[in-house]
Amino acid sequence: MKIEGMVWKFGDHVDTDMIIPARYLNLSDEHELSKYCFIDVRPDFVKEVRVGDIAVAGVNFGCGSSREHAPWAMKAAGVGAVIAKSFARIFYRNAFNIGLPILESEDAAEAFSEGARTSVDLETGEIKTTDKETRVFAKPVPDFMREIIRAGGLVAYIKREGSF
Amino acid sequence: MPMTITEKILAAHAGKETVSPGELVQVNVDLALANDITAPLAINVFHDLEACDVFDRERIALVPDHFVPNKDIESAQQVKLTREFARKHRIKHFFELGETGIEHVILPEKGLISPGDLVIGADSHTCTYGALGAFSTGMGSTDLGAILATGKTWLKVPAAIKLVYEGLLPPWVEGKDLILYTLGILGVAGAVYCSLEFSGEVIRKLSMSQRFTMANMAVEAGAKNGIFEPDEITKGYIEGRSDRPGAFLRSDPDASYDQEIKIAVDDMEPQVALPHSPDNVKPVSEIDPVALDQVFLGSCTNGRLEDLRNATRLLKGRKVADGVRFIVIPGSPSIYKEAIKEGIIETFLDAGAVIGPPCCGPCLGGHMGVLADGERALSTSNRNFVGRMGHPKSEVYLASPVVAAASAVMGRIASPEEL
Ligand code: SF4
Repeated sequence: MKIEGMVWKFGDHVDTDMIIPARYLNLSDEHELSKYCFIDVRPDFVKEVRVGDIAVAGVNFGCGSSREHAPWAMKAAGVGAVIAKSFARIFYRNAFNIGLPILESEDAAEAFSEGARTSVDLETGEIKTTDKETRVFAKPVPDFMREIIRAGGLVAYIKREGSF
Repeated sequence: MPMTITEKILAAHAGKETVSPGELVQVNVDLALANDITAPLAINVFHDLEACDVFDRERIALVPDHFVPNKDIESAQQVKLTREFARKHRIKHFFELGETGIEHVILPEKGLISPGDLVIGADSHTCTYGALGAFSTGMGSTDLGAILATGKTWLKVPAAIKLVYEGLLPPWVEGKDLILYTLGILGVAGAVYCSLEFSGEVIRKLSMSQRFTMANMAVEAGAKNGIFEPDEITKGYIEGRSDRPGAFLRSDPDASYDQEIKIAVDDMEPQVALPHSPDNVKPVSEIDPVALDQVFLGSCTNGRLEDLRNATRLLKGRKVADGVRFIVIPGSPSIYKEAIKEGIIETFLDAGAVIGPPCCGPCLGGHMGVLADGERALSTSNRNFVGRMGHPKSEVYLASPVVAAASAVMGRIASPEEL
């Protein structure tokens, strides 16, 4: 599966309050939530993000709360994939579970610049600019997580397997 | 094979003799928790799974505590959905106003957690129950929805970091200071995917209340769980609360740790985390005298009886500084009641504090005590991210209940020594 879009750069330790502030957690519809994605830290994000765009960040992306509203808001806003040096563990699980593709790469944060047109191959982990000038590979995804992605998220996986 | 307590609990719940770090295991869950923010999404997942019934109506706790008493129509709808689900599936532990408080305060208080349990909550501070020698960790709503249906989940066995606290705690230095100091060392990503084991002579003497405070903030270092070896103090706490004896597990002496960090406490001062990160920690004497608009005493970190009691030791006969809004929220109805009996509430009121109903309150900036542009608050809670308690241009400092009380009186961040 390939994803293609523009790169949005973020720093280290992007926390869930930045992704979706707590005052919007009285909402549980993903499209409603997506209107407030990054509202405090990048107010222009929701207006300008296009389907398939790629968030590229540093270490510990998604730290803080367990709120699944965070990956939902990003996904519904159109984000096609998140690439970070590392992820906070709850966000990592949540993203897989809801089918928001995420990749770990030490190099991507340095290599890709804001606005670069980039594509991501989820099967091979290849991340490259469309002019092919920059290219890195993400860390391989654990087999079990790959199964969850192939099934189309945790709900589909459990339905298929009957249980875990 | 020698194992840590965490590994022993995971092995027991996976039906295995041993487990080792990095291994993926399927485990049975003893208790599943969700709140008014995370339960509605988990319930949707439960329905998407086309599950007929919950795995065990007595092993699920649903606790509306974030936006209660309902702050607006949307939050009322969320609680309604949760309530209807609880009724339909006859969930035993659904707590509404009058009975409810902060999830991580009331679950241990009601005896729902015993040492050796495996608890999963759709809330990152589920790690609090590690104080009781249980394995507990936060997950998202999809994971929780799956647990509601199956009673099972998967986990990666975490590598362990051992923290050894040695020496004698100076006056006014509490569990909160120990954990803030530790976060200062580890950093907010210092324990990602790891288990934090709190040990040493200081820990063995620490009350349950202080242990809850420390385990609560394990996630602020990115840890999967924080854990204490259960002992006589633990036993004293669960007696009369739970009819389950619990498994009093210990880490084997030769269990393996990725890191062992020794922390000498003898010269430690009360600690303060500056904006905008819980690892941005300094001793209170090194903080510039910043003026405060609000002080919040409460939350799942420090809303317990001992916290309120310690704060009033400083407040008796004193007044909150002009211009400071001092908000105090007992973590549960029974803490509230006991605080009334002991005269604690009266002391707060005489000092000029406002008392809120047991709930999360200003901690997450969504309901009560929201901060305006440019305002500064000192809070006994666990996070001070940008906008955590309100306006993105407000600032939050984190500290212990006694530093909160001293600061409320002085109108700026202050050490209890100054009073
Ligand atoms: S008190 Fe604060 S940190 Fe604790 S559960 Fe409530 S909102 Fe979360």
